[in-house]
Amino acid sequence: MTAYIVRRLVMAVFVLFMVTLVVFFVMRLIPGDPLIIFLGQSAQLGSMSAEELEHLRKEYGLDKPIVVQYVNWLRDITSGNLGTSIYYREKVGKLLMERFPITLHIGLTAYVVANGLGVLLGLLAAVRRGTWIDAVATTFANVGITIPVFWLGLLLMYVLGLKLGWLPISGYTSPFQNFWLSMKQIIMPVACLSVTGLAVIARQTRSSMLEVIRQDYIRTAWSKGLGERLVIMRHALKNSLIPVITLMGIGLGLVFGGSVLVETVFAIPGVGRLLVSSVFAKDYVVIQSGTLIIASIIVMINLIVDIAYGWLDPRIRYT
Amino acid sequence: MSAASQSQTVQFQEAPPRVSEWKRFRRVFFQRKIVLFGLVVLLLLFFTAAFAPWIAPYDPYRGNMADSLQHPSKKYWLGTDIQGRDVLSRLIFGARTTVMVGFLTVLMAASAGMIMGLTAGYFGGMTGTVIMRFVDSLMAFPMLLLALVLAAVLGSGIHNVIIALGVATTPGYARVMYGLTLSLRENDYVTASRAMGATDRQIMLRHILPNSLPPVIVLVTLQLGNIILAEAGLSFLGIGIKPPGAAWGAMVFDGYRYLLTHPVLSFAPGLAIMLVVFAFNMVGDGLRDALDPRLRGLL
Repeated sequence: MTAYIVRRLVMAVFVLFMVTLVVFFVMRLIPGDPLIIFLGQSAQLGSMSAEELEHLRKEYGLDKPIVVQYVNWLRDITSGNLGTSIYYREKVGKLLMERFPITLHIGLTAYVVANGLGVLLGLLAAVRRGTWIDAVATTFANVGITIPVFWLGLLLMYVLGLKLGWLPISGYTSPFQNFWLSMKQIIMPVACLSVTGLAVIARQTRSSMLEVIRQDYIRTAWSKGLGERLVIMRHALKNSLIPVITLMGIGLGLVFGGSVLVETVFAIPGVGRLLVSSVFAKDYVVIQSGTLIIASIIVMINLIVDIAYGWLDPRIRYT
Repeated sequence: MSAASQSQTVQFQEAPPRVSEWKRFRRVFFQRKIVLFGLVVLLLLFFTAAFAPWIAPYDPYRGNMADSLQHPSKKYWLGTDIQGRDVLSRLIFGARTTVMVGFLTVLMAASAGMIMGLTAGYFGGMTGTVIMRFVDSLMAFPMLLLALVLAAVLGSGIHNVIIALGVATTPGYARVMYGLTLSLRENDYVTASRAMGATDRQIMLRHILPNSLPPVIVLVTLQLGNIILAEAGLSFLGIGIKPPGAAWGAMVFDGYRYLLTHPVLSFAPGLAIMLVVFAFNMVGDGLRDALDPRLRGLL
């Protein structure tokens, strides 16, 4: 197991290194002068004299070879200096620190809901195969992987917010400030963010449960007189969760990707919305750091998933 | 191996009746009504996209300001938007955007991903490791986020959306192709072919590539649904097609402001997206059932 963990760790570090390379070089794809990254405006560049440009180039270290620039950038971000936003004129670290808790609050809630309910729904559908429970769960799962997240947001907003008036239609309040308002406000965003993951997890749980239920050891468990709960929970579910766990790693990406849309629909001041507005403001410094942090979180979570995977299924450790 | 299990392998099983692959494919694929429904929806989509100018009742780009924000009526089946443009006509033209982005993206991502996976899987070693770790690092970015960032860097416009979505979906194909290549290259026919003096290129193109196609075709169909969802998401955010061009996601966003008074402006294009994605998913599921050799005899 230790060897397996070490191997995974080395791999994760390597992937993380590749991630920084991708982020750095994608930002260099911006057509024209790389100074645009720090100024945000190509128009501003046009009106500057050659001397001013030269001065700025020195200031941002752009006169150095690209490899040196990359190393400098890596040194900066690892020491916590993420640069200054062009649009907000604030430290990017501060901007992200203000917004990450909001995205994580909604995102992690959605993540837990998606995984928990998804497994439950898939389990019920498989155990009661062919009944109305199965039909409802399967239909729900098929709709869930199909529905555009932002559109579901509008539908919910229309029905629950505008027509019935049960829930506030937008905004975000910290749960420490006003717990009930906060709970009411996150219901719709959480529903939107979790629906795709929930559907994917339910589908996978159902099909791998059906696979496992056919196995000999399940028949043995039944025939030695174990109750349904024991057979399903201890023997079947545990074994069928292995492929589901892989999906849980991918699910986090869905949450972060979806937050870009959901935070826009519900006017939630999180990282997703920050990134969208930065894209329009051409605030490349924010985009660069924001993406890097999200990708790093996903690499870490996948590392944990991989280790959990190896722990659950000894076959994986030795391949 | 114990004697008991050895004697078991010697036992002859009754051979299943020989059925042509194509016959089985047809039977399994057309068996489920829902797959058929998906297929019909897709055919309708292609037809609409191809003949949009002839089907659309009105000009999708130029509206009649006097008819701004009309409710659905006999004249305008789905009503009109703020600029007096017919929603149905814009939906019909939006189908073109959907089909174009979907297919060009898949073409790009599938070919790039297959080349990467094939090379990494066939040669393995350092080449394989570097390619696959690069793929892993791309996988670390949420698809929508990566596409958003790329679109931001490359600039708006539909061709950049295609490039962005293409890059964001390439890793999936690379992973699948890598796994397939690893198992396919161990086959006896590959060894035989090598013994007969085939070059690496010949083996890759003549043996591994064709045999890996069925799972890739299934992936392509299922991915088309995801790409259409992502394209809709990007155009909802305002990235991609420029006004007055029609894209379904952008139509949902445009209708957003009139949700209370004219919900149909947002609901109709959203429903169209959902229907098409559903159709691709169902056809993909059907193809998987029909092409999966492990289900032979079961279905």
